[in-house]
Amino acid sequence: MPLLHVKDLSIILSTNDGPARAVRHLDFHLDAGETLGIVGESGCGKSMTALALMGLLPEMSRTEGQILLDGEDLLQKTEDEMCRVRGNRLAMIFQEPMTSLNPVHTIGHQIMEPLRLHLGLSESDARAETLRLLDRVGIPNPTARIDNYPHQLSGGQRQRVMIAIALSCKPDILIADEPTTALDVTIQDQILELIQTLVQEEGMALVLISHDLGVISENTDNILVMYGGAAVEIGQTERIFDDLVHPYTQGLFAAMPKLGRARNARLITIPGTVPDLIHMPTGCTFTDRCPLASDICRNTPPPVVEVKAGHMVACHHVQEARHRKTEELFS
Amino acid sequence: MSDSRFLAFLQRSRRSRSLVVGGLLTAFLMISALVSLLWTPGTIDIVIANRFKPPSLDHWLGTDQFGRDIVTMLMVGTQNSIVVAVVAVSIGLFAGVSLGLLAAARRGWTEELIMRMSDFSFAFPAILSAIMLTAIFGPGGVNSILAIGLYNIPVFARLTRGSANAIWAREFVMAARAAGKGRLRITFEHILPNILSIIIVQATILFAIAILAEAALSYLGLGTQPPDPSWGRMLNEAQKLMFLQPMQAVYPGLAIAIAVFGLNLLGDGLRDVLDPRLSRKR
Repeated sequence: MPLLHVKDLSIILSTNDGPARAVRHLDFHLDAGETLGIVGESGCGKSMTALALMGLLPEMSRTEGQILLDGEDLLQKTEDEMCRVRGNRLAMIFQEPMTSLNPVHTIGHQIMEPLRLHLGLSESDARAETLRLLDRVGIPNPTARIDNYPHQLSGGQRQRVMIAIALSCKPDILIADEPTTALDVTIQDQILELIQTLVQEEGMALVLISHDLGVISENTDNILVMYGGAAVEIGQTERIFDDLVHPYTQGLFAAMPKLGRARNARLITIPGTVPDLIHMPTGCTFTDRCPLASDICRNTPPPVVEVKAGHMVACHHVQEARHRKTEELFS
Repeated sequence: MSDSRFLAFLQRSRRSRSLVVGGLLTAFLMISALVSLLWTPGTIDIVIANRFKPPSLDHWLGTDQFGRDIVTMLMVGTQNSIVVAVVAVSIGLFAGVSLGLLAAARRGWTEELIMRMSDFSFAFPAILSAIMLTAIFGPGGVNSILAIGLYNIPVFARLTRGSANAIWAREFVMAARAAGKGRLRITFEHILPNILSIIIVQATILFAIAILAEAALSYLGLGTQPPDPSWGRMLNEAQKLMFLQPMQAVYPGLAIAIAVFGLNLLGDGLRDVLDPRLSRKR
């Protein structure tokens, strides 16, 4: 049995214009110690999926399907039961380290809180553990820093503190929602490397959410590519990068700026915009922007095809997509 | 650590002129109330032989038509005003802040109910509802305290709920929830400390309003009852002697003005110091 099994998960947000399906029939699983990357552009449902795992979806939303953690459905748990799961078994790092810490408490206080809450440590034990954690996440001089307020720290240091909080109770799964997007490029690598090291040392599973294929390719075992709330391609990271199949994945790849390209060459983009979640096409969500789209795409949901062992693609035109070069599809 | 923070607070305080002036006026008020507990220059007993004495060394501001020493009346009246204001503001503070925090934490129908009830009580002008309450339960100090306190509840409830909602939407609250903290815990650990400065400022300003309201009720004969002296009733009694003894009306009026002015300045200054984002540009 996998550690985490998401079965046929749908998230429906009620908006003023009607129900919006932010996530549609999502299936994936995560084993202990595995790292999974979720890629996709803004509004594709990555963050909603993360929030659903944590049970922190906005009030105006409804879920279908199951999220099984060790066989127990998280979606059926009460708020009180979820409070014991959050922080303890599932932990999350957010995008904005600048605003994710409470400005009125010292960072030491904020790291100690979950330790005392979930592990029942005494004040002095929690403080000692906090010092150890600060050292572990690479904050220099922890004994001086522990009594600092968030505004006295840089963005990178604050994200390190967030990581320390997330790690504090040794969760089984760490969810990192765009953990480096708000940071300097020079810091991004350090933070990702830190997350990677800690995840390996602690044997945690990691769900890394990003819109950056580069970040995902370097840091994950498996990839889940999402578009318009649905999974379009899933499989082992190496295999997917060897053999990009779904036209959307190819488009994402082509859109990455590359070194060595002619100076005045234009950056490649995927034409069009993300579909409106309220008026989704009945068929494949990528139809309107896909160079291979045909009539069948618009009206029939795409079949999930297993291209190679464990490499699944949801597309009507798998053969064609595989044999066309990325450069031909998007230029 | 806390020493240096307190020093920093004092440093910032000195820069705000309204805080210094307001603080001094309020301190003057408090000290005269405290001193009157131990010592007063005269008595508030009726001594008919002393009526209408002009200011002298024995009676600094003279005496009234019953021969009571005006300075003493004012000082003891300060006690009365402060007690009424403290109790009334505390009632409003505890009930209102709790309701506001509850509304923000629970949302949904709880929030609806609390907010509609405070809209409802807001619809009655404060003085009017105070008069109504004292009319039902009879005039007296305790009833006027209750009336003013009840009026303060929705003021605090709305302010608290509004600012608490803004904090609930912040990312660190989401992060706290992701760390497995419950709503009650988040309320006391994250919400309350972040809105405390706003509440303190509001409490100072309502303190001034409560003093004013107590004086108004006493002036109408619904507040503090004789023989306890009260600024409002001193004004009322002086009214009949307006042309005979005009200064007798000026003193309690001045006392009320100083108290309200000082407390408002203090509130303004505190806002400048505690919450720079809210302070007005000068």
